[in-house]
Amino acid sequence: MGLFPIKRRNILPGFGLSMGYTVFYLSAIVIVPLSMIFLNTFPMGWEPFVHAVTAPRVLASYRLSFSTAFFAAVFDAVAGLLTAWVLVRYRFPGKQFLDALVDLPFALPTAVAGICFATLYSPVGWLGATLTRWNIEIINSATGIVVALVFIGFPFVVRTIQPVLEEVEQEIEEAAHCLGATRWQTFRKILLPHLFPALLTGSTLAFARGIGEYGSVIFIAGNLPMKTEIAPLMIMSKLDQFDYAGASAVALVLLLISFSMLLMLNAIQEWQQKEYR
Amino acid sequence: MGIELQNITKKFSGYTALDNISLNVASGELVALLGPSGCGKTTLLRIIAGLELPDAGKIILENKDTTNLPPREKNVGFVFQHYALFRRLTVFDNVAFGLKVLPGKERPNRKEIGDRVEHLLKLVQMDWANKRYPSQLSGGQRQRVALARALAVNPKVLLLDEPFSALDAKVRQELRRWLRKLHDEIHVTSIFVTHDQEEALELADRIVVINKGRIEQQGTPQEVYDHPKNAFVYNFLGNVNVFHGRIKNGKVTLGSHHLDAPDELKHAEEKPSQAFVRPHEIGISRIRSSESDLTGTIREVRLMGGQIGLNLACEGFDHPIDAEIPRDLYINLELAKGDTVFVSLNRVKVFTGDYVI
Repeated sequence: MGLFPIKRRNILPGFGLSMGYTVFYLSAIVIVPLSMIFLNTFPMGWEPFVHAVTAPRVLASYRLSFSTAFFAAVFDAVAGLLTAWVLVRYRFPGKQFLDALVDLPFALPTAVAGICFATLYSPVGWLGATLTRWNIEIINSATGIVVALVFIGFPFVVRTIQPVLEEVEQEIEEAAHCLGATRWQTFRKILLPHLFPALLTGSTLAFARGIGEYGSVIFIAGNLPMKTEIAPLMIMSKLDQFDYAGASAVALVLLLISFSMLLMLNAIQEWQQKEYR
Repeated sequence: MGIELQNITKKFSGYTALDNISLNVASGELVALLGPSGCGKTTLLRIIAGLELPDAGKIILENKDTTNLPPREKNVGFVFQHYALFRRLTVFDNVAFGLKVLPGKERPNRKEIGDRVEHLLKLVQMDWANKRYPSQLSGGQRQRVALARALAVNPKVLLLDEPFSALDAKVRQELRRWLRKLHDEIHVTSIFVTHDQEEALELADRIVVINKGRIEQQGTPQEVYDHPKNAFVYNFLGNVNVFHGRIKNGKVTLGSHHLDAPDELKHAEEKPSQAFVRPHEIGISRIRSSESDLTGTIREVRLMGGQIGLNLACEGFDHPIDAEIPRDLYINLELAKGDTVFVSLNRVKVFTGDYVI
């Protein structure tokens, strides 16, 4: 999907109507609410705005949010690809059950996930106890945030890859085998390029979701200033102090960075796809 | 010997796809596996390629037992019905794929790969398209690229699975002739699978007719067409009129008519028989020329290019008879729907047995 999907005269009828509807809908549910952030931020003036968003604590929270979301998305890409592969390629008892399990992070209130993680990884928890013995700290650390975000973003990757993988014709792989390719070469040279756009979309979604995630993270992150404070938490704490303008300012920057990153990834995808159509 | 198949059997849950098939293909031969869909011909091809494993039997390619080798070690070229080109690779990279995945020591260098691909693309007349992607090519062009790709690895045998069936009639015919010419040039041992008898007759050195997992007959196109072993082969090789009757005292009954039985059935005991006549082996005349001529009324006239198809209701026969006559004859006799004509059945082929159409 590009910025301007219709580039030449379209023979499909109803473009005007459907485009109008799309714009209206996007306005009503996305643009208008989000524009409130701009409106809330403007009265602040430039200098207080810059001051608010460049405070060391805020900058640290941006860094943390983006880096953890990034690592979680990368991890999800690998784990999600594997899971989708197993779910599509093999038949085994309990497949339906596993398949349904994938969606659970979508359905679960994120706070519930957060509490689960906090219990599991706490120094006295099942996993936490062992990990503490090995001096691995999950709770109150960036690693913990990544763990939570991996959980949250996982279904995005699986669900975007699954249909594409299902579409891959068996003959394509057979052709590669007949030509002497090993399984790995077939995967690396034929399947992976084929799956790449879906993989990119899925991890982008996981990444975007990770930046905005709040509920599950705050339970596990410990929220130490400068260390494990994520950007959404920064906003919440500003709201708690009735600093609405400050909260909007932080939110605005978060929004702009996220949007430009998504736009960039879309552009990469467009460019990737162009030749094969 | 190019390909030797010994007692290949393959069962799929419940039914037998291939029942004890043995087949030899000489080096450089072009053989057609001909049969209706579901007869097991594609399964046989896939077993030769190693894409399926037989339940029993041996596959020997150029005197080497390859029964249990995986496809990548068999060194066969496989051409798929739906091309199976790699969408994300250019035509050049598709053809080069088999060379690029060779292990380091055997892999030719860049220039050698380039030369080989260029050569193959020229051979299939696709050298102008080496930078294109498969989606930018027509079906016929894609199949040519697929063929070049399969030939790139210098396969011992080339296997083609209904290679032309996804193409339209005109292109199919063109590619068929072109493939025959190509095979005459490069002489690679080849087997192709088809359900189109015309394709098999025109293209192959030898035809193997398969039905229900068994070989019904094999031989040159001429042999198979002129001397079909049984009713199935006769029926499968072209359009037919079927007459169900009985054989008795050296005579075959066709409707209310009697016909001398062929020599091998002269002394057969009385039993049901089937007589076959190809539509183009039926003579149409305005004048009665022999006692055995039938009297028929033209029910329908069909234009079929060079031939004219007639649907005739004949006295003493329950079912209409289809005939095909040259256009010139049709014009000379000034035939029209509703006319009464005399019909002679030339070359009636009689079979007895279980096979029922």
